[in-house]
Amino acid sequence: MVKLPAILSARGVRKAFGGKVVLDGIDLDVQQGEAVTIIGASGSGKTTFLRCLNWLERPDAGDIRIDAQVMGRSGSAMATERELATQRRLFGFVFQRFNLFPHLTALQNVALGPRRVLGQRREAAEALAERELRRVQLGEHLHKRPSQLSGGQQQRVAIARALAMAPKVMLFDEPTSALDPELVQEVLDTMRALASEGMTMLVVTHEMRFARHVADRVVFMADGAVAEQGTPEALFGAPRDPRLQRFLRHLEPSA
Amino acid sequence: MIFDWNVVWYAVPLLAHGVVMTLQVSVVAGLLGLAIGLVAGLASLSSFRLLRGVVRGYVDFIRGTPLLIQIFLVFFALPVVGVRLPEYWAGVVALAVNSGAYISEIVRGSVGSVEKGQAEAALSIGMTRSGVLWWVLLPQAWRPMVPPLTNDLITLTKNSSLLSAISVYELTRAGQAIIATHFAPFEIYLLLALYYYLLISVLSWASRRLERSLPQW
Repeated sequence: MVKLPAILSARGVRKAFGGKVVLDGIDLDVQQGEAVTIIGASGSGKTTFLRCLNWLERPDAGDIRIDAQVMGRSGSAMATERELATQRRLFGFVFQRFNLFPHLTALQNVALGPRRVLGQRREAAEALAERELRRVQLGEHLHKRPSQLSGGQQQRVAIARALAMAPKVMLFDEPTSALDPELVQEVLDTMRALASEGMTMLVVTHEMRFARHVADRVVFMADGAVAEQGTPEALFGAPRDPRLQRFLRHLEPSA
Repeated sequence: MIFDWNVVWYAVPLLAHGVVMTLQVSVVAGLLGLAIGLVAGLASLSSFRLLRGVVRGYVDFIRGTPLLIQIFLVFFALPVVGVRLPEYWAGVVALAVNSGAYISEIVRGSVGSVEKGQAEAALSIGMTRSGVLWWVLLPQAWRPMVPPLTNDLITLTKNSSLLSAISVYELTRAGQAIIATHFAPFEIYLLLALYYYLLISVLSWASRRLERSLPQW
C-alpha cells in the first residue's frame, strides 16, 4: 500500500492544566480523505487533543502540521493572532453543545464566516450558506433561529457553518453527546455522507456504531496518549491493550 | 406648623424650568457617559495590558471617591491646569465621567457573561479576537446590558441634583433659589422630592417598556 503524505500530522503534543498532565505526547497522522474516530474513557484527553489541533487550546509542546503549515508558527517565528486565525480556517470544528450564535438565523450563522472572515458580499455569502444548509438537509429552515430548531437540526447547522469555510479537515467533538437519542441518527447520517464525499474527518465520539461502520481507522486514547490504533475490525475484533479491552467490555452490549 | 400652600403654587411653574434643565443635563451627560463607558468598556476587554490598566485606574478612582468631590475637581481644579469650563459643562463632564466608569463595568460584565462557547465557535471559523467581540459577543451583550444601563441613567438623573453645588440652575438649584427668598425649606424640599419622584417614575416606566421590547432569541 502506498503511504500518502499525511494532510494532518501531530507530533509530541503535550498539554497540562495546572500541573495535571492531560496530553502526554501524542503522535497522530491523518491521510487526505480519511475518517478517523478517537475513542476512549472520559478524561483520557480526547477532547483536549482535538482542541489543541486547531489551537483553541494552545499546546504546551509539540507540533501540529496541517497542509504544509505548522499551527501557531510563521516561518521560524510565532504566528501573529491574525496568522493563527487564518490557520484555524484549515480546520472545521463541531462542538458537543453546537455553540450556534443564538441571535442569528441558521442562514446568518453559516454566512457569518464567509462574510466577516472571508470578506464575501452578503449575497454571495448567503448563497453559499444556503447551499451548505441544503447539503445537510436544512433547506426548509434557513430563516429559523437556533432556539426554533431541534438539537439535531442545530448540530447540522453547526456542521454547515464549519463546511462553509471550506476546511481541509473537519474536527467533531462528541457531536451527538448532547442530543436526545432519537436525534442522534440524523447527525450521524450527515457525517457519514461527508465521509463518503471524501472529507477528511477526525471524530471524538462515544457512538461505537459510527466508529465501526464509518471510520477508516479507530484510535484509542488512554492516559493522555494513543494507546492503540487500527482498522475498526482489528480494534474491536482483537483489542490488545488491556485498557481498551476493559473499555470495550464496559460499553453497552448493543454497541 | 403651618404648611404654606401659597409658596407651593408660586414654586410649581418656576421649578418647571429646573426640570427642563435637569432633563437636559441628564440626557447630555447620559449620552456622553454612554460613549465614554462603551469605549472604556471595550478598552478593558482588549489585549493591551496598558489600556486595561488605565481603565482599571479610572474605574477605581471614580468608584472610590464621592461624586460631589469629582464635580468640585472638574469645576475648581481643572482651571488650575488651564481648562476652564462654565458651570453647565463642568457639571455635564463630571456626571458623564462618573457614569462612564460604571457603564464601562456594565459593558465589560455583559460581554463577559456571554457563554464561552460563543467565542470559541467564532474563533473556530477563523475570526480574530476583535472580530469575535464585534460580530458575536457585542450583539449578544446588548440585551443583558439594558436593565443595568437604564438603572444607571436613572441614578445619573438623581445625581444631577449635586450640580446645584456649582450653581447649575437645575431642579434642586431652582428650589434653593426659591427657599432663599421665601424661607420655606420644608414646602420646597417636599415639592422637589415630588418632582424627582415623578421624573424617575416616568423614566422607570420607559425603561421597563424598553426592556420588554428587546428582541428575543
